[in-house]
Amino acid sequence: MTKAITVSGLRKAFGRTQALDGLDLDVEAGEVHGFLGPNGAGKSTTIRVLLGLLRADGGGAHLLGKDPWRAAVELHRRIAYVPGDVTLWRNLSGGEVIDLYGRLRGGLDKARRADLLERFELDPTKKGRTYSKGNRQKVALVAAFASDVDLLILDEPTSGLDPLMEEVFQDCVEEERDRGRTVLLSSHVLSEVEALCDRVSIIRKGRTVESGSLADLRHLTRTSVTAELAGAPNGLSGLPGVHDLDIQGHRVRLQVDTDKLDAVLRSLSRSGVRSLTSTPPTLEELFLRHYQDDTLDGTQTPEPAASAPVAGSGSGSGSEKAALR
Amino acid sequence: MTAVTLPAAARTGGSHDLAGTGALLRLALRRDRLMIPAWVVLLGLTVVSMSGALEKLYDTPAKRADVASSMTGNGSLRAVYGPVFDDSLGGLTAWRIGCMAALLAGVMSLLIVVRHTREEEETGRQELLSAAMVGRRAPLTAALLAALVADAALALLIAAGLAGAGQPAGGALALGLAVGGTGLVFAGLAAITAQLTESARAAKGLAGAALGAAFVLRAAGDAATEDASSPLTWASPVGWAEQLRAFADERWWVLLLFLAGTAVTVGAAYALTARRDLGMSFLPARPGPARASASLNGATGLAWRLQRTTLLGWSAGFLLAGAVFGGITDGASDLVGDNEQARRIFERMGGQQGLSEAFISALTGMLGMVAAIYAAGAVLRLRGEETGDRAEPVLAGAVGRLRWAAGHLAIAFLGTVVVLLLGGLGLGLTYGLTIGDVSGQLGPATGAALAQIPAVWTLTGLAVLLVGALPKASAGTWAVVGCCLGIGWVGPAVQLPQWAMNLSPFSHLPKLPGGEATAAPFLWLLALTAVFVTAGLTALRRRDIG
Repeated sequence: MTKAITVSGLRKAFGRTQALDGLDLDVEAGEVHGFLGPNGAGKSTTIRVLLGLLRADGGGAHLLGKDPWRAAVELHRRIAYVPGDVTLWRNLSGGEVIDLYGRLRGGLDKARRADLLERFELDPTKKGRTYSKGNRQKVALVAAFASDVDLLILDEPTSGLDPLMEEVFQDCVEEERDRGRTVLLSSHVLSEVEALCDRVSIIRKGRTVESGSLADLRHLTRTSVTAELAGAPNGLSGLPGVHDLDIQGHRVRLQVDTDKLDAVLRSLSRSGVRSLTSTPPTLEELFLRHYQDDTLDGTQTPEPAASAPVAGSGSGSGSEKAALR
Repeated sequence: MTAVTLPAAARTGGSHDLAGTGALLRLALRRDRLMIPAWVVLLGLTVVSMSGALEKLYDTPAKRADVASSMTGNGSLRAVYGPVFDDSLGGLTAWRIGCMAALLAGVMSLLIVVRHTREEEETGRQELLSAAMVGRRAPLTAALLAALVADAALALLIAAGLAGAGQPAGGALALGLAVGGTGLVFAGLAAITAQLTESARAAKGLAGAALGAAFVLRAAGDAATEDASSPLTWASPVGWAEQLRAFADERWWVLLLFLAGTAVTVGAAYALTARRDLGMSFLPARPGPARASASLNGATGLAWRLQRTTLLGWSAGFLLAGAVFGGITDGASDLVGDNEQARRIFERMGGQQGLSEAFISALTGMLGMVAAIYAAGAVLRLRGEETGDRAEPVLAGAVGRLRWAAGHLAIAFLGTVVVLLLGGLGLGLTYGLTIGDVSGQLGPATGAALAQIPAVWTLTGLAVLLVGALPKASAGTWAVVGCCLGIGWVGPAVQLPQWAMNLSPFSHLPKLPGGEATAAPFLWLLALTAVFVTAGLTALRRRDIG
C-alpha cells in the first residue's frame, strides 16, 4: 500500500512553546486513521502543517507524495478539511458555504450533496450566525463528504453532533472508506475511533507515543485475570509480565502483560481451573494510560504503582485514576 | 415598540439587572487600555494645541476680528466650521476645532459602545459572560460607562489643557463639556443601533450614518444663518456643541440638551434590550438561498460578496458628500476676492489659486483622506478573516495565499478609485449646476478627486505590508491613517514643521485644481505603494496563518 500521509520528526515552536517535538505519523492510502491525544498535544498544529497553513521548523511531511507547504494549492484540490470549530460568514447561507467549499476543492457531487443534506437534516437556507455549533459542523461535513477528493482531514468533527447524527457521520466515514478514500480522524470520541479506525496514532506533548492497529495497541497493555483454581497456585509470581498478584487460598487475581498471557494460562491450568475471567483492557484505559502518564516513553509499559487494583482495570490506569482524585 | 407590557426582567428592574456591571466595566477598560487613552490624548492635545497655534497666527486683536468677521460672513465656510461667536483666542479655538472634536468624540463613543455590546454578542463571548452573575442590563451599562469614562476624560483634558494654556476657565470647561457631551449622545445612539442590528459592523455603520447626518444638519443650518439660529442646527447634537458657545458668554443651559439627548437614547436602548433575547436583533437575518450563485465561485467571489455592501455604502456616502460640497462651493467665492486674510485661510486649507478652486482642492483633499479609512478597512478584512478562523477553511481549499488576498486587495484598491470618482463627480456636478457650467467643472473636480489616489494607495499598501509582515500589529494601520488625517486637517492650521507634514503622503500631492501637477510625486507614491504591496504579499506567502 502507498502512504497517504508520512510525517517524520516534525517540529514546530510558537515562541517558547514547543508544539511539535519530533512527531511521526504514517497514514496508509485507503485507511481510516485515528489521531488521538490529550488537549494541547499538537493534533491541530500537525493538521495545520499538513494543510500548509503553518510552516514546520524541522522534520518532513508529505501528503499524497507531495510537500504540503510547496504544493498546497495542488494538494488542496484533493483534500477536504473539517475544522473542530467551524466559523461561518454571517451573511452567507449554509447552502452557499457548502457550494463555495466544493468549488474551492475538486468539485461537488450534487446528488450526494442533496442526499447528505437530508441525512444530516440540515436546512441550507439559514444564515451563518443562526446555526448552532452542531449545525455549523454539519455544514462543513456535508461540504467535505460531497466533495470529490482523495483525502479527508477531520479535526474533532463530531464534538457538537447528537448521537443520531454521530451515527450518520460514522456511516458517511464508512462509505468514504468503501470508496477507497483516506480519512485522518482526530477525535476524543473513543467509541467512534473504535468503530471507524483501522489504525490509530496517539500523540503527547508533540510526540507520537503509540501507533498501530487497535489490536496491536491492546496487545501492548495488560489483561486482568481472575481464576478459581482446584489446587494452590504455583510459580505465578516468578513468571515474567505478571503484576499485582493477589492470591487468597485458591482464588487468584492478577494483571499480566497481554503478550505474556500464554505462560500465565499454562501455569494456571497446571493447578486445575474451575472458573476463569480474562478481561482485555478497555479503550478508555488504553488512552487514559497514554494521556495521563507523564513519564511514559514510547512503548514501555509503566511500573505498577498501586497494589490493590480493581478487577478488570489495568493497574496503570487504576493508579492514575486514583492519582487524579 | 408600543407594547405596554414589559417582560418580567424589565418590570422587576432593580439591582439584579445590573449585577456584574463593575466587573464588566473593568473588563472593558482593561481591553481598551490602549484604545481609549490614545483617542483621548490625541484628540485632547489636538484641541489644546490649536489655541497655541491660533495665537501665533492671529497675534493681534485686529487680525482676530478680521478673520472672525470674514469667516462668519461666508455661508460656505460656516457650513464647514460653523460661525465664529467670539473673536477672542478661545472663541477662535472653539470655532476652528470644536465641531470636529465633537464629531470625533462621537466616533470614539460609538466605537466603544458597539465594541462592548453587539460585538460581544456577535462573537458569542457575551453568552459565556451572561451565564455568570451578570444582570440583563449589565453589559449595556458597562459599555455606556466605559464611554462615559472616555468622554469625561476627554472633557477634563480639554478643559484643564485650555485653562492651563491661559484661556478663561469657564470657556475651557464649556468646550470640554460640549465635546464630551456630544460623545455621550452618540454613545446613547450607538446603544440603540446595537440593539437593532445583528452584526457589529452594521451597528457601527448605522450609528456612523447618524453621525454624518448630524454633521450635515449642522452644516446646512449654519450655512443658512449667521448666528446658528436655524432649527436645523438645533436638531443636531453636533450643533449643540456649537450652541453652548464656549468662550462667547456660555449658554450653560444647553448642557441640558446633552443630558436629555443622552437620557432619551439610553432609555430607548434599555427598553429595546429588555424586549429582545441575547444575540437576537430587531432587524433579523432573512433566510438565504439554498444554492450558491455562479458568482460565488472562489476566493475572489467570496471577497466581493463580503465587501460589496460596505463598498456600496461608501460609494453612496461619497457621492452625497461630493454633491453637498459642490453645492456650497460657489458660496465660497462670495468672499471679497481681495480679502487677504480669507485667502490665507484657504491656502492653509489646501488651496492655491482662485477661491473656488482652492475650496474644491481643500474638499477633495478631505475626500481623499476619508477614502483612506475605507481602503484601510477593506485591507484589514483579510486579517479579520484570519483571526475569525474563516480564512483557514478557504486556504485549505485549492486557493493560494495570493489568490485569497487578491480579491480583498482588488476591492480595496479599485474601491478607492470608485469612491473618489463618485465623490469628484458629485462635487463637479452640483458645483457646475450652481454656476451653470457642468461641462467645464466636471473634469477638473473629478481630476482633483482622482489625484488623491496615489496617496490613498500608499496607505492601503502600508496596510498590506502590516497584514503580511506584522499581522499582530495590523491594527496599527488605523493609527497611521489617523495621524495622516490629523496632519492633513489640522497640520497647516497649527503650523506643523514641514518634516512632520511630509510624513503624510497627502502632503506630497499637488493642489488640484489650479495647482501645478507634475508626475514626480505621483510616481514616487505609486512606487512606494508597489514596494509595500510586494513586501507585504511576499511575507504573507511565507508566514504562518492564524
